[in-house]
Amino acid sequence: MGKIIEIKDLRVSYHTYAGEVQSVRGISFDINKGKTIAIVGESGCGKSVTAKTLMGLIQTPPGEIKEGSQVLMDGKDILKQSEKEWEKYRGATCSMIFQDALSSLNPTMNIGNQIMENITNHYTVSKTEAKKEALRMLELVGIPDPVACLKKYPHELSGGMRQRVMIAIALAGKPQVLIADEPTTALDVTIQAQIIDLMKDIQKKLGTTIILITHDLGVVANIADGVVVMYSGKIMEKGSAEEIFYEHKHPYTWSLLNAAPNLELGYKQKLLSIEGTPPDLINPPKGCPFAARCKYCMNICVDEVPEEYEFETGHKVSCWLYHPESGYNNIDFGSDSEEAGYEG
Amino acid sequence: MKDNRKVLMEVKNLKKYFRIDSKRSLKAVDNVSFEIYEGETLGIVGESGCGKTTCGRTCIGVYDKTDGQVLYKGKDVHAMKGSEIKEFTKHVQMIFQDPYSSLDPRLKVHDIIAEGMQIHKLVASKEEEMKVVQDLLKQVGLNPEHASRYVHEFSGGQRQRIGIARALAVNPEFLLCDEPISALDVSVQAQVINLLVKLQKERNLTCMFIAHDLSMVKHISDRVGVMYLGNMVELADSDELYEEPLHPYTKALLSAIPIPDPEVERERQQIRLEGEVPSPVNPPEGCRFCNRCPYATSVCSEKTPAMKEMRDGHFVACHIYDEKK
Repeated sequence: MGKIIEIKDLRVSYHTYAGEVQSVRGISFDINKGKTIAIVGESGCGKSVTAKTLMGLIQTPPGEIKEGSQVLMDGKDILKQSEKEWEKYRGATCSMIFQDALSSLNPTMNIGNQIMENITNHYTVSKTEAKKEALRMLELVGIPDPVACLKKYPHELSGGMRQRVMIAIALAGKPQVLIADEPTTALDVTIQAQIIDLMKDIQKKLGTTIILITHDLGVVANIADGVVVMYSGKIMEKGSAEEIFYEHKHPYTWSLLNAAPNLELGYKQKLLSIEGTPPDLINPPKGCPFAARCKYCMNICVDEVPEEYEFETGHKVSCWLYHPESGYNNIDFGSDSEEAGYEG
Repeated sequence: MKDNRKVLMEVKNLKKYFRIDSKRSLKAVDNVSFEIYEGETLGIVGESGCGKTTCGRTCIGVYDKTDGQVLYKGKDVHAMKGSEIKEFTKHVQMIFQDPYSSLDPRLKVHDIIAEGMQIHKLVASKEEEMKVVQDLLKQVGLNPEHASRYVHEFSGGQRQRIGIARALAVNPEFLLCDEPISALDVSVQAQVINLLVKLQKERNLTCMFIAHDLSMVKHISDRVGVMYLGNMVELADSDELYEEPLHPYTKALLSAIPIPDPEVERERQQIRLEGEVPSPVNPPEGCRFCNRCPYATSVCSEKTPAMKEMRDGHFVACHIYDEKK
């Protein structure tokens, strides 16, 4: 399994009237072929901006991809592509599906034509062949009665079906990478389960690399091989799904995992909440961005950005706690968590 | 234990149809019955379009009913007049899903919170009003100085706190929380839920908590009702419902919740529902769930199952349990 994407020191800013919003502030990670990697974080942490960069969808201005950023796709720096190369790339090398299927689909075109458009843009095929391929795609994504669906318009379909259609369109160009930006957030749990199963099934059949952007850790546990945890434009922790869920090293990852209630949690037991709100990215803090909300915060955290510490298996954490002089070794977050129950 | 609980709200065969044209109507809530006891939290869960919001709003008289009855402390909510309605709105308050559109952008926080008190003449003077508002802001974890600001200056979580303070200002007995946290980030959700639970304990509030997030509902509710396409299919104590669900739909719904634990996810058996929720304009005959139910038999598409008490306080509407009783 080789690397398909290497992101190196990516920095993206938006210029607004209020100042320069530094959405992504120097992130690096690799994605292996045929794997699913999840980027998790709260709103405003830069996860969607990262995805848009991979698709070449950052509008400049107001956006700006900073000097020195590199995104290598199969060894080629895609940030240096011409607009023509981008057009070839989008759909055929890398496709994207969005959260809101209704506003992402074209309301004036029927489903068949929308799928065929992606096929004929990238491959020289006859109309009948393209139609056959479109039909095959609809079957692949599990649409009941695909022949009738070809002639339908997006408003005639339900939310789950629209999301399936969007996946069909994305896959029609035979991409190596599929970026899914909150694909199930707008859907109900039972439909969400169907769509996740579908994505897993597609990966098995076609070997597509999937980049999943989500804030739902349950979905991540179900589908992801690797996880990248982002917070205010930086990567806090990255590793395999097992490492992130069972051996997380960063206080933010721990808080995120414990803030969501799970079914095992006792009745009205106090949820762990992260007090405060994420920092303003126009004036990002000079140290660790999580320092203000972190209960392990030390003096150095406020003043200097933490280095990245690497553990045996490639599990990486950006946190001063792992500096040899921090005085901590092997932090067990669970043990000193706040006692259960409510005061008062 | 059931006998010593006082019923605060009783909902009997409630129906709410929305007319589309002269022939068709959307059956948002169809024949739903339940009780809410004093001091408890009743959770209502279901997928979008199942009628949970409509049910909640009809219960507190925001919508007119089509048929059935809602009794609040023995009084029919929909038959109230003038001063009775005013009295009722003082006892019953609501927290909304969207903290952005449910607060007036032209009012200062102080005026938003104080409006209810002014209407019900709960405060004698401006000074007292000021003091109560500041106390409320403190209680919901905001800075009292924020009273002179406008809502656009606040984040989503803070706005939701303002919404809670507004609801509490008139000292209500009953709080309808309609998806109060689904518009918030995970870490902020926890803050708001912790606050709600704390306030509920302090003030002995009765809550109806509507949400689609099943794990959050389990966390906060004493009893949970599951709705599907306008019907209530199961109603039980929250622990019992999650540990031993009886209705096939509840089982499927619970098994669809993704669990943030990769090993558990890999190993557990999941029930996958085929297809999607049918349209409430033209729901299936008999049991509403019959076309997606893995156990459906011929009787399911002929007769609507009635709500039966299978165990103490555990109600289910399903033909599977017909003979067993």
